[in-house]
Amino acid sequence: MSDIPTAADARTIIDARNVTKHYGDVKALDGISAEIREGEFFSLLGPSGCGKTTLLRMIAGFDELTSGTIAINGEPMAGVPANLRPTNMVFQSYAIFPHLTVAENVAYGLRRKKLPKEELQREVEAALEMVDLGGYGPRASHAMSGGQRQRVALARALIMRPKVLLLDEPLSALDKKLREQMQVELRRLQRAVGITFILVTHDQEEALIMSDRIAVMFDGRISQLATPQELYRLPANRRVASFIGVMNFLDGTVIGEDGDAVHLDIAALGKVSVPKSQCKSRIDGTAPAHVGIRPEMLTILFDETEQAEREVTGTISDVVYYGDMTYYDVQLPGAEKPITISMRNTAGRAVLEIGATARVGWGSESIVVLD
Amino acid sequence: MRRGTGINWLAVYAVAYMVFLYAPAILLPIFAVNDSTIIAFPLRGFTGKWFADLWSSEALQASALNSLYVAVSTCIVSTLLGVCAARAATRYPFPGKKGIMGFIMLPLVLPEIIVAVALLVVLVQLGLDLSLWTVVLGHVLVCTPFSIAVLSSAFQGMDRSLEEASLDLGETRFNTFRRVTLPLVMPGIISSLLITFTISLDEFIIAFFLTGTDATLPVYIWSQLRFPAKLPSVMALGTILLLVTIVLLILAEWFRRRSTARRGEDISIAGGLA
Repeated sequence: MSDIPTAADARTIIDARNVTKHYGDVKALDGISAEIREGEFFSLLGPSGCGKTTLLRMIAGFDELTSGTIAINGEPMAGVPANLRPTNMVFQSYAIFPHLTVAENVAYGLRRKKLPKEELQREVEAALEMVDLGGYGPRASHAMSGGQRQRVALARALIMRPKVLLLDEPLSALDKKLREQMQVELRRLQRAVGITFILVTHDQEEALIMSDRIAVMFDGRISQLATPQELYRLPANRRVASFIGVMNFLDGTVIGEDGDAVHLDIAALGKVSVPKSQCKSRIDGTAPAHVGIRPEMLTILFDETEQAEREVTGTISDVVYYGDMTYYDVQLPGAEKPITISMRNTAGRAVLEIGATARVGWGSESIVVLD
Repeated sequence: MRRGTGINWLAVYAVAYMVFLYAPAILLPIFAVNDSTIIAFPLRGFTGKWFADLWSSEALQASALNSLYVAVSTCIVSTLLGVCAARAATRYPFPGKKGIMGFIMLPLVLPEIIVAVALLVVLVQLGLDLSLWTVVLGHVLVCTPFSIAVLSSAFQGMDRSLEEASLDLGETRFNTFRRVTLPLVMPGIISSLLITFTISLDEFIIAFFLTGTDATLPVYIWSQLRFPAKLPSVMALGTILLLVTIVLLILAEWFRRRSTARRGEDISIAGGLA
């Protein structure tokens, strides 16, 4: 396996500047700029209709830009048709040619290279081995299962040795188990071949698991482009925060600032100072602020010996048991809505019941201030 | 529960309907082998001489050749036009698409006699001589809508990303059409060829109006009906035509189903839009 290039030394492989796409009056893309680095696993994440697939199709050369530029490997792509671009795509429907065998599908793009027959067979078999389909070559492609078609599509694209592999919601048609398995496998494959992967997905968990960097898109714009950790810990705004994982929102007021800290008065939690690095919104004087805290950053203190930096007491209003985790909704005095707290079900820890009183512990380092 | 008691009127109706539809057609082969020039019961005995008569009639052979010539030309031209129109209609949005497609499909419901008379007037005004080619022209007009209907379903069923995948893998548009599109719609094309061939072969009104001195088979049959003695021969000829038509239509349906079965594979795995 090759090393993952670090952020600093990687070259830009795709350079998108001010990309817009209008369908009539609808702005599918509204000024997208992003640099995608060579060898990274990059995800375009967003809800349906956010423009992520449109952007991917423009990189592939299937859709024209209304304005802006896309350069791949330093070359502007304006006017370059899909068949001449150094990209290959894995389609959402996989687009396996039903009239060809598995091997013929994989070899499809190599025809133009006019390889000797033996070498061609070797390459095809090697590509099939890579996706764990060794020996499947002579099979009829329409007899393959969904997961197998997906692998055929991957082999067919990777055999072309593209600069960039584009994946359009490749896992959305698979069942949960298979999807989770493929997420890990795709990541492993990407590290092994070292090709830049661009994944389009609406599944935030999938994006977090697989990507080096993620661009979160809403309404044709990139809301935040960051690593999974940064995205989860310091979301740029409330919309990103609620799209990635679960986030509790509380109302607060800025009551002052000094040096590196901002002083807040948060509903139900009380007064607290947070480092400015945890503030994603502009702080000006005393103003209302939106405060976010993740469910796992809150803890329920089960007995007297357990301590936390700060503590509040509330009443449990709902309990959802997941096996490994329990999610509690706790109504705190002074809060509009209950806040959600996730607790790991460790040995000997009881699951509390609705109506029970709970001590909730939290810390100032887990607070983020959002737009 | 009325089941098992009383008469199943629906079944009676269905049987009566089938008899009404197909009984006349069954009379055709019966009288074709009846040893009498009079078309009436009781039957007189079996003979093959009416078929033998057909074989020796030069006018008949000429008209059969004319029909073959017209039908082959018609099915090729209308299928070619159908491929272009069906592809455009299923792949590209263009202004006035619904209106234009409706206009192309119109001959399906227009009375053929109107089409035939209108064409005759136009051709005479243009000063063109009537010939087998003018018949082909008329037949293409009525056959193309059938062709489009058959081919549209073939093109519609094809996952659009298959063509994109081919482009993506480095193939040109032309080679994509040749290596992906054509093989996948081939059953539809064959089905269209067979259906339009059959329609053209049987068509009478347009052929009657637009043919010059060369009669097609249906026109020849009509001309023979004036001579009662020729009637059994016409029955024999009709029997042959009936068989040919049935075989061709069964083949066409078989190909059409094969193409739907093929594309069913791909629709089932395609997810929603992103």
